[in-house]
Amino acid sequence: MDWRRFGFIAFIITILFSVVVLIGKAEISPVVIVTSMLATTIAVATPLTLGALCGVYCERAGVVNIGIEGMMLAAAFFGWLTAIYMNTVFGLAPMPSLLGGVAAAILTGGLLGLFHAVLSVTFKVDQIIGGTVINILAVGITGFLNRQLFFEKGSIFGGNVPHAPGVLPRIQIPLLADIPVVGRIFDQQPITFAAILLVIITHFVLFYTRWGLRTRSVGEHPRAADTVGIDVYFMRYANVIIGGMLAGLGGAYFTLESVPSFEPLMTNGRGFIALAAMIFGNWTPFGAWAAALVFGAAQALQINLQFFRESIPPQWAFLQISYVVGLAPYLLTMIILTGIIGKNIPPAADGQPYEK
Amino acid sequence: MTANIVLKAKGITRQFPGVLANDRVDFDLREGEIHALLGENGAGKTTLMNILYGLYRADSGEVYRGGQRVAFHSPKDAIKRGIGMVHQHFMLVPVFTVSENIMLGAETTRRGTLDRKAVAAHVRELSHQYGLDVDPLTVVGDLPVGIQQRVEIVKALYRNAEILILDEPTAVLTPQEAEDLFRIMRELTQRGVSIIFITHKLKEVLTVADRITVMRAGKVVGTVQPQETNEAKLAAMMVGREVILKVAKGEASPGENILQVKDLQVDDRRGLEAVRGVSFHVRTGEVLGIAGVQGNGQTELVEALTGLRPIHAGKVLMNSHEVTGKPPRPIIETGMAHIPEDRQRHGLVLSYPVADNLMLCTYYLPPFGVRGVIQPRAVDVNARKLVENFDIRTPSPYVPTSKLSGGNQQKVIVARELSRPIKLLIANQPTRGLDVGSIEYIHKEIIIMRDRGVAVLLVSAELDEIMALSDRIAVMYRGQIVATVAAAEVTRELLGLWMAGATPDKV
Ligand SMILES: Nc1ncnc2c1ncn2[C@@H]1O[C@H](COP(=O)(O)OP(=O)(O)OP(=O)(O)O)[C@@H](O)[C@H]1O
Ligand SMILES: [Mg+2]
Repeated sequence: MDWRRFGFIAFIITILFSVVVLIGKAEISPVVIVTSMLATTIAVATPLTLGALCGVYCERAGVVNIGIEGMMLAAAFFGWLTAIYMNTVFGLAPMPSLLGGVAAAILTGGLLGLFHAVLSVTFKVDQIIGGTVINILAVGITGFLNRQLFFEKGSIFGGNVPHAPGVLPRIQIPLLADIPVVGRIFDQQPITFAAILLVIITHFVLFYTRWGLRTRSVGEHPRAADTVGIDVYFMRYANVIIGGMLAGLGGAYFTLESVPSFEPLMTNGRGFIALAAMIFGNWTPFGAWAAALVFGAAQALQINLQFFRESIPPQWAFLQISYVVGLAPYLLTMIILTGIIGKNIPPAADGQPYEK
Repeated sequence: MTANIVLKAKGITRQFPGVLANDRVDFDLREGEIHALLGENGAGKTTLMNILYGLYRADSGEVYRGGQRVAFHSPKDAIKRGIGMVHQHFMLVPVFTVSENIMLGAETTRRGTLDRKAVAAHVRELSHQYGLDVDPLTVVGDLPVGIQQRVEIVKALYRNAEILILDEPTAVLTPQEAEDLFRIMRELTQRGVSIIFITHKLKEVLTVADRITVMRAGKVVGTVQPQETNEAKLAAMMVGREVILKVAKGEASPGENILQVKDLQVDDRRGLEAVRGVSFHVRTGEVLGIAGVQGNGQTELVEALTGLRPIHAGKVLMNSHEVTGKPPRPIIETGMAHIPEDRQRHGLVLSYPVADNLMLCTYYLPPFGVRGVIQPRAVDVNARKLVENFDIRTPSPYVPTSKLSGGNQQKVIVARELSRPIKLLIANQPTRGLDVGSIEYIHKEIIIMRDRGVAVLLVSAELDEIMALSDRIAVMYRGQIVATVAAAEVTRELLGLWMAGATPDKV
């Protein structure tokens, strides 16, 4: 990840922020706007960040994973379902229910990772197909179960969706969160904090540990790894499963941290944007996170503009149409992926099954 | 001569689909010796070594390490028993540094993190101890092959290898680098390391080996001492017939200019000037040999001529049409054939079947492509013909090219390039990794091409090859042609001096 990329990212984020500041400064002070934008950006970037980290683990080990979207969707559903079950059926308190939900989401992601590894590492099915299968499977299963369990007559919840046990509570980082105005940035929910921590951990694991060196070697030159006694299949399996678990945590964000409900297709392409973030971040954790923040900023723009709807000047009227702004993250994806800055170099053996 | 036998293979058999790669092979290695293994391309040398190294499993047969029966399930087991191997195609991760490559699989850690400092220190110590000069902190992809090879050797020593398998280590080395390697090998044997050394170069075998074993078609033909044999005998043992080691060729009768190069300047990968104002021409019916120690701009020169590398300044004329800076296809269509230096990177699509690689330059032209559709019949006919004519050892034309032995991969390229109607052949190290029989065949083909009126530009680091084939010889040094002479008027020694940078009096 070179500095030009980070510069480019900072530049785009600045532009996005400036638009909101320019529109809203009549009503609210710029510092407050920027702080609130930042806090939102960091929060909404969470599933993108985790999805991108999933991609980093998989692809650094040489397995392309376009099933991140499906992994997140399935995890969002099963995490939520588990939380509800624990809360309403087993009568547990909201907090343990939510944590149980998060665990279930991680497990779901991990299992789908295992499934992807079986297909692509052991059976050497084309990895794009494996990922596509996961995406289709996730849409089908979550949609089906959602209807069967909650909306069909005679189903367990008998046609009425029970109250979810809410969402994960905010956590304030001591001292930092107490700073006036800016402290808002350090007042987030747990999965968001976890995502940032995981970016740092992944960077460390990948570039400073034995595990990381071996992971990268099987993604770059699996035969070389094999000749020094590294078990290529094991490394690929393990990393795809780890990646799946991270995507699962990202899925938990949707139903256990962001809103307390599930809707079919609610991941809405975030898994693919996460993939784009990983590529733009040149397969590095910090790069991927930075790119995820750009998309997060675009979404934050959308959210924040709603507050200032009335004050949008007439010549910028198009910003009042919500879907115009809603398109921003997707447009940015396309623009950024056309490779405005530098070359993206994937791991050399990315996507290639290894044959002994 | 009753030294300890440190490694022994008994009755090793290994079958691949369609080929019996090893057929009841017996082989042993004594402590502190250099045991050379010779054999045709596809004879099964690499397969045998991969079995000894735990990379492949034998179908039957036994392996003994220091008198004890062993069963290696993966290279890890072999490494544990003190066996190291430098593979025919290097096993280094190009984006990793030298230390990272060396420690991979045997990492030193401190409190859970890689201890790069300790590894670098150990690497420096080893490289000092054995005279293997490598810088632990450079990225391997930036290193010339000669140094990469040292990295491979240090990698084995780092794992305390007592047995070192070197699979065609000299194929990619310049004569100087090869000399260096031999010095290192002797140094290692003096310290008790035992070495298995695979090569196709008979001269080398006779000078460095203590014993020589020859394989043919998966079987061991015999083991001899260097003092009781010579090049011709070894060649006959390998191929099973007499081999003419000297190329028979008549006088050249050059015609008009085919390739003209004027003041060519080309940059290398890092943007440094690699070719600095080179001018020459090649005429029909002659072979112009470019001699030079590797890394003096030959690679960049050839890449520029074939459209693979941008040209900084100067002109290239093919048949008096300017082709400067054109992409490869139009250049190929003017009648150029190219045998690239790095067969796996520029010459082949390894995952394609042999048949497809054999038509890779002209797949879109009849008879292969008719109205945009590939004609399988024509592809098949072409493939079978070339496999037969060029003696490409493959179970079928439809196996992935990656499954062929190194030398047979090279033959696929040579067959494709020489079988088209061409006016100019640019051959960069055309016989790298080939056995004597195949070299004889390809040299003959090149001369036949010449006599048919093809212009040949031959780039080779093998002085013998340059001397044997060329009508004129140009010597390249530091990106410039320092001398061009008629081949008949020059001696090996003189060429050697010019290659090392001595200025010739006459040009
Ligand atoms: N993985 C594989 N799958 C199928 N066939 C193989 C495989 N590896 C080797 N072979 C075949 O086994 C035979 C022996 O190959 P090997 O690589 O051992 O030859 P070699 O003696 O090392 O030749 P060279 O001098 O050209 O390197 C060849 O016919 C080759 O095509
Ligand atoms: Mg070989």
